[in-house]
Amino acid sequence: MLLEVRGLGKAFGGLHAVRDVDFDVPEGCVTAIIGPNGAGKSTLFNLMAGFYRPTAGTVIFDGKDITGMQPHQTVRAGIARTFQTTHLFEGASVLDNVRAACVVRSSSNALDAVLHTPRHRRDERRSLDTSMSELEFVGVAHLRDEIASTLPQEAQKRISIAQALATEPRLLLLDEPAAGTNDEETEAFGALIREIVARGVTVCLVEHKMSMVMNLADQIVVLDHGQRIAVGSPDDIRSNPLVIEAYLGADADTTGATT
Amino acid sequence: MTTLLRPRLLGVILIAIAFLVAPMLVSGQPYLLRIVTTAAIYAIAAYGLNIILGLTGQLSLAHGAFFGVGAYIVGLATTDHDWSFWTAFVVAILATTILGYASGLIALRTQGAYFAIFTMALGFLIYIIIIRWETVTHAHSGVSGIKLPESIGPLDFSDPVVLYYLVLLFLAGAAYSTHAILHSNAGRSLVAIRTSEDLAKSIGVNVGVSKQLAYTASAGLAGLAGGLFATLNGFIGADSAAIDLTFQFLLFLLIGGMGTVMGPVVGSVLVAFLFEMLQDLESYRFIVLGPIIVLLVIFAPRGIVGYLNEFLSSHRSRRASPPPGRGPDGRGPDGHSGSGTGQDNALDRPHAASGAAATSEGGL
Repeated sequence: MLLEVRGLGKAFGGLHAVRDVDFDVPEGCVTAIIGPNGAGKSTLFNLMAGFYRPTAGTVIFDGKDITGMQPHQTVRAGIARTFQTTHLFEGASVLDNVRAACVVRSSSNALDAVLHTPRHRRDERRSLDTSMSELEFVGVAHLRDEIASTLPQEAQKRISIAQALATEPRLLLLDEPAAGTNDEETEAFGALIREIVARGVTVCLVEHKMSMVMNLADQIVVLDHGQRIAVGSPDDIRSNPLVIEAYLGADADTTGATT
Repeated sequence: MTTLLRPRLLGVILIAIAFLVAPMLVSGQPYLLRIVTTAAIYAIAAYGLNIILGLTGQLSLAHGAFFGVGAYIVGLATTDHDWSFWTAFVVAILATTILGYASGLIALRTQGAYFAIFTMALGFLIYIIIIRWETVTHAHSGVSGIKLPESIGPLDFSDPVVLYYLVLLFLAGAAYSTHAILHSNAGRSLVAIRTSEDLAKSIGVNVGVSKQLAYTASAGLAGLAGGLFATLNGFIGADSAAIDLTFQFLLFLLIGGMGTVMGPVVGSVLVAFLFEMLQDLESYRFIVLGPIIVLLVIFAPRGIVGYLNEFLSSHRSRRASPPPGRGPDGRGPDGHSGSGTGQDNALDRPHAASGAAATSEGGL
């Protein structure tokens, strides 16, 4: 198992956003986390990536306990993430956005830069090569000199995936990669995710678009009210009565409850 | 890349030449040379502030005090304790660096406005220590008779021109270091923190350590500038550690351009000369200076150098961007050229490729 989540919990004050969640992410697969709004999916992601410190449970990555690690440590360990609302360095060019993500795999420091040491030059060359090949991989290399914030949403989403890949992860956490895209674009993102997996990067994603999840996922984890209510293949999940109830019940609830 | 560099490189070369020939231009007018030298020293301190504020986005208001600590160490050590300037100077740089590191450990636990308030309090604290600790700092009487740097071989620093070139050497070093750091992984980490701390974390930047290093280095540079100031002036008072000084550095950055390589030096020199030109107005100077700052903040929020950078990069991206981006301008016969990779994006959103709002993270 690449990632093992055991008894993971996060309480904000008295509110348990995530409670006692167990699941495994097998290497080389796509694991989808689904659930109604407010089920704790994003919190779970934040716990896995080290953005939140869990109040209970453990996260084991590649046999190593990474519970409570800082984000920069989990990224170094090989976990990269994207954000639900696309998050880029807005004034910066597309290339600079991705290049910034090469920091974590570099060994040179500010002194190397000032003295222009071979280590600095090697890192500069490497970060340029890595960024360009990731931009080509996600299909936006031709936009390298554009300012990221002036680009359409779809291009920005691709850039943020290139950015995450530039940290050379073994596990990529995608928070709603297809949110706000049309059917055609969703299809394209599905294809891109398959290519990422084919490259040997394990993918774990949170997504609301069921068609995408059912097509893409090898394993689905269903959360409701912060708890895991089901885990299994898409076929298992489709016919699981608990899941159907959570979704139908939650739909009726949330339309009234959320703003 | 190379075509982009040329106008910028030209600008840097022009500024460098201006500084190199400045003593010739003002020869016979020692007062003017002194102003240029002082502006260059302030520029070094502004480079310090630029690292933590311009690159990393953390508003430190302790830099006037760090400058003062550097000045007082050189001042007191070379007079009361009869050290050589060079020893005192090295000690001043080390001491302010250590002070920066130690205070950063606490100050950087705070964020945003709290960081600004904390560092301002720290600045006041240092100022108060200087003004109250009479037995050591002479409080209001200040420190006078500060040594000039001892000559090194044929370099006799009692000649103001030689002293000017010494300052210029440090200024060039500060500018070059800023350039080198900005175009390195270390610099990209800092700019990442400035833009979004969450995103910086998600790409693996160690936010805490990066901020700590930036703050430490910026304190050291301010201390270095303070040391040079003490030796140039020969006399210092508590006002060389006052909060006003911090705001003066801030003004240089605002006018020159925060986070740019040439901004600190452009800002310092411009403000120094503006102050001189308006000298007859005395404290009414700010009636003139105020509106200039307001206009600048409105029309060139990234300062003069930032504005020029923006102009250059938007000019460039307008030339380089694929034609469909220019559609809405009504220029060019591009209405029917909507095929090929990537162009569909630009067509969907007319403003996408126009690059008008382009700002450059790198650049000068």
